[in-house]
Amino acid sequence: MSTRQQVLFLYLATSAMDTPVIAWSSYDGAGDGPTPPVVSDPTPPYATGVDALRDGWRLIQASAMHRALPGHERDVDFLLHEFIFERLVG
Amino acid sequence: MPLAYEGTDLLTTAEMAQFVAQGFLSFESVVPEEINEAAIAEFAPTGVFDLLRAKPDSGAPLAQIYPDPSPIGAMLRLPRVQGIIESLVGLDAVYDHDWVHVRAPHDTVDQHLHQDAIIDLTRAFDIQMFWYPRAVETHSGGTGFIPGSHLRKVNEFEIARYQNFCGQKDFVGPAGSLVVFHQGMWHRGRANHTDDERWAYKIRLNPTTPQVRRWNLEDYDAVHGTPSDHIFATYDPATAANMFRTPEPWFEAAASRLETVNRARLWRYLTGDQAFDADWYLTRTGGRERIDGTVG
Repeated sequence: MSTRQQVLFLYLATSAMDTPVIAWSSYDGAGDGPTPPVVSDPTPPYATGVDALRDGWRLIQASAMHRALPGHERDVDFLLHEFIFERLVG
Repeated sequence: MPLAYEGTDLLTTAEMAQFVAQGFLSFESVVPEEINEAAIAEFAPTGVFDLLRAKPDSGAPLAQIYPDPSPIGAMLRLPRVQGIIESLVGLDAVYDHDWVHVRAPHDTVDQHLHQDAIIDLTRAFDIQMFWYPRAVETHSGGTGFIPGSHLRKVNEFEIARYQNFCGQKDFVGPAGSLVVFHQGMWHRGRANHTDDERWAYKIRLNPTTPQVRRWNLEDYDAVHGTPSDHIFATYDPATAANMFRTPEPWFEAAASRLETVNRARLWRYLTGDQAFDADWYLTRTGGRERIDGTVG
């Protein structure tokens, strides 16, 4: 079987990778289960982003830090600190 | 015209503040069993094809929809339900739409997370009331939602990428329970891993007049507190300000303070008190804005 990609999105409490995971998503290119794989009583897969690195996940993207749009400095919308990881499985 | 509810059917100030902080309230076993079962009997012929069920026109006054005999009308006219609606959007609200949501046994698909309708710019808000005419057990498809997400400005399924949050909830409760969402609540239909159908009826109501202090005000002074309630100075842990500074487990560290500010702004709208504050954020910046004319 060819190499498949597993993708893990971790949303952290700050822009630092050693701060807590507050939300997460995963997509498994090697699996065949239903998506999205939502769990009922969620416990984060890792405590922090650094813990994911130490378990072998490779960071492929981190959110850029943008200045807020004028007039919208106090708006809240999407999660700001998104870190995307991958793991390749055979 | 006599009121359709008693004062005790209205929400308290503490409940209203909780709604502002978290975007939802839940009420167990409000609807009697005979109305619940009548609803199932009425919903069953159309099931998931709810578009085929006879409905009111959007914009119809709440007082005129689903006249007797109707299990939906009977639910809406319960004194407790009237009190909840009066507190949040007023009994002069109008019908937006409703829908019967059925989750078949062993439907293992979780809906993507979303806000309903479109991105909203107003502080005035609609409510979405969910009625569960049958008990909802764990893993049986109770509506999933993210407490505290209601003030985030996103557009419908743009948030579908997000799967799991610290602090997320799935509704679980006895037959006849109600859950009321602020229009902005992030939510989703959940998979049903049981052998039983999961039934939910959702109705969206639009206010037509300001939603200012319509609830039971007996606890107003104690809960409303004073603008000086400030966690780094002096504060009262029993006030609305304390609810507004309490973060959800998924709030980012810095955005948590913006959530406090946005909750305080919504409380100003609901109370009509433009001096209200939690942790001095609006007062501090407002004072400087008046000095130099900056609008922030």
